Amino acid sequence: MVVWTDAERAAITGVFKKLDYDFVGLNALGRCLIVYPWTRRYFATFGNLFNADSIMGNAKVAAHGKVVLTGLETAMKNMDNIKNSFAPLSALHSEKLHVDPDNFGLLADCITIVVAAQMGSAFTADVQAAWQKF
Amino acid sequence: MGSVFTLLRHPQSAFTFFSPLIPRATMSLSAKEKDLIRSFFSKVSGKMDVVGHEALSRMLMVYPQTKTYFSHWKDLTPGSEPVRKHGKTIMEGVKEGVNNIDDLPAGLVNLSELHAYTLRVDPSNFKILSHCILVVLSMMFPGDFTPEVHVAMDKFLTNVALALSEKYR
Repeated sequence: MVVWTDAERAAITGVFKKLDYDFVGLNALGRCLIVYPWTRRYFATFGNLFNADSIMGNAKVAAHGKVVLTGLETAMKNMDNIKNSFAPLSALHSEKLHVDPDNFGLLADCITIVVAAQMGSAFTADVQAAWQKF
Repeated sequence: MGSVFTLLRHPQSAFTFFSPLIPRATMSLSAKEKDLIRSFFSKVSGKMDVVGHEALSRMLMVYPQTKTYFSHWKDLTPGSEPVRKHGKTIMEGVKEGVNNIDDLPAGLVNLSELHAYTLRVDPSNFKILSHCILVVLSMMFPGDFTPEVHVAMDKFLTNVALALSEKYR
């Protein structure tokens, strides 16, 4: 089981307090679809994802970005028991959505980059370390 | 992001998060992407030293396994002289890459030999440092680091890493 220091917990909850879910959700998922275009395979029902402008203007991408962040919020609220609290999401992503697990890392990198841009210098190396662990 | 996403899968080990050691495919840069990279880099080049120092510091702190390559330094903390100096060296290498963007393996052959025969850095670490560079660029140049610039820079750094691993075996 993952052990969190007090400083790490504070760092994670601090990031969430500053998070604009709409902005980060759209930008993180949007960038994932733009920077790693093969990830679009999972979003065939989202309509026009052909280029950066259409992705960033796509309402379904915006809505789904928010869904992803809400899922992360669940993890933040259950930091000592992410494994069990994520069991239903895990089953969903594997059995129903059939997502290649490597893609989680790609989306995570995009989320980190957007959070860093939003927080600027407040996204210190310590915060980044805690966030990466999370 | 590590524990959340690894736990979305069924039975897992902690570090399957990172790319494996297999070489990644080259995805070549279009003319437009090369232009984007050159123009973005001209904005960055004035602050190259800061970017290099920040990216290296973060790599050492966020991915402590990378410290194993620097056991010969007296001080690995952010702000220390070896970290500042080496951050600058790294970004000078990246700039060499930009200057040789049309033929990275040829342009970076000396650096490739250095990394292969002398430094012997495991190639998975290139991805880690590249990610840290992108995080810092995103923080320092939020308006200029658009999604189009992001994808071009990510491809560019991947291709630089591939050029550096050319001579490995």
